[in-house]
Amino acid sequence: MSSPKELRYTKEHEWVKVEDGKVRIGITDFAQEELGDIVFVELPEVGTEITANEPFGSVESVKTVSELYAPISGKVVEVNEELNDSPELVNESPYENAWLIIVEPSDVKDVDNLLTAEQYDAMISES
Amino acid sequence: MDKQKQTPLYDVYKEKGVKLIDFGGWQLPVQFTSIKEEHLAVRTKAGLFDVSHMGEILVSGKNSESFLQRLLTNDVSKLATGKAQYTLMCNEEGGTIDDLLVYRLSPTTFLLVVNAANTYKDYHWFLKQKSGDVTIEDKSDQYGQLAIQGPFAEGILQKLVKNISLSEIPFFGFRADVEIGEVKVMVSRSGYTGEDGFELYCRSEDTPYLWNLILTNGKKEGLLPCGLGARDTLRFEACLPLYGQELAEDISPIEAGLGFFVKTNKESDFFGKDVLQKQKQEGSPRKLVGLEMIDRGIPRHGYKVYDDEREIGFITSGTQSPLLKKNIALALIDAHYATSEEMYVEIRNKKLKAKIVPTPFYKRKKE
Repeated sequence: MSSPKELRYTKEHEWVKVEDGKVRIGITDFAQEELGDIVFVELPEVGTEITANEPFGSVESVKTVSELYAPISGKVVEVNEELNDSPELVNESPYENAWLIIVEPSDVKDVDNLLTAEQYDAMISES
Repeated sequence: MDKQKQTPLYDVYKEKGVKLIDFGGWQLPVQFTSIKEEHLAVRTKAGLFDVSHMGEILVSGKNSESFLQRLLTNDVSKLATGKAQYTLMCNEEGGTIDDLLVYRLSPTTFLLVVNAANTYKDYHWFLKQKSGDVTIEDKSDQYGQLAIQGPFAEGILQKLVKNISLSEIPFFGFRADVEIGEVKVMVSRSGYTGEDGFELYCRSEDTPYLWNLILTNGKKEGLLPCGLGARDTLRFEACLPLYGQELAEDISPIEAGLGFFVKTNKESDFFGKDVLQKQKQEGSPRKLVGLEMIDRGIPRHGYKVYDDEREIGFITSGTQSPLLKKNIALALIDAHYATSEEMYVEIRNKKLKAKIVPTPFYKRKKE
């Protein structure tokens, strides 16, 4: 399995994509596969300040709750409302339709400290 | 904790690359494909489960019936040879040591099927209480156990059985001499899903053969291999208790709503009788109720339940029901609040509104 090259990743299995100075955040294909059928996604409201490495929401499968950790600090400017009614999108389209939030980062350069696709793939292949 | 235990199907799982998790010391699959898919297969077609981790304890001897009468809450004297009985085993305080199935193999021989994680505890409890002509043997390693469950279970299994007609096995009845393919199996009409189906007890070494035979032959009818995840969601919808959640050493069967299986009128005295009889007559301090979330959120095991500010109990099991698509739970609460309409479940520091709903959440339609 190889993760999309254009994204950056966290050890907690989130991905980020920089778009016009803003950062789109989601969870990886590996994460959704590990969790199984996603039945619930809890996300912060627009305007919430999130802090790097702190929980900002959660995804729940039939079996478990898993916290979402902020890859970077910043302010939430958009939330994927579609996941309220269709949490299964996280299983079906983790990198496209099931993005979670868009954040205005405190410092967009923080993204450079995140894992590259190669580093992330190496990490998950060891687990 | 000692080395992780493996069921007789371990090599089959490894060969197929099925992911295993630790379940009470046993390595078992949570799912083969998806919990939802497996769950719905059992509700609409059929599913096959590996439940070889369950413990099997054989109790025999002239005094075996009176011995079991003293340890178990149900009335073993009413159990005919060839029939099985659901029962509880309690301590002196009325708390639950385990819940189990008792199969009467002969007038003086009983097979007790106990929860995997309790096998050691139960076996030693039996040994401690043993008196008279009673022999107690832990046979768990010698048995494999599969469960085939769902509306198509009988049809799928019957095609592999030549020597008997499965339709003659009543609910909670069994036959010890069923030939399935090339092996001899004990088959009971029972299960843990709320569907019709069978539990199959075979020699440990025959388990992979039986598993593959049934799976291959059931594929056309939509039979799926099912993991622990679906087993849990299925039993939960049907409100069948899970030891460690609805039942525990400090939860009585009366509190868990299982008074039917506590025969306080049977002749024999038994462990917990005084407490359980009192709870039956005067009501238990706590009661198990069904909850459905009104606010958005999924209630889960261990979450606290509130009446406004006052903590009144906790969630024993909860999830999003794969069939009903509702966020539901069983909660053990202060009996005074069991007639309330609404209460709150604390989910990640937020008190979210829920309402009491009737149980079971799911009941199979009898044809």
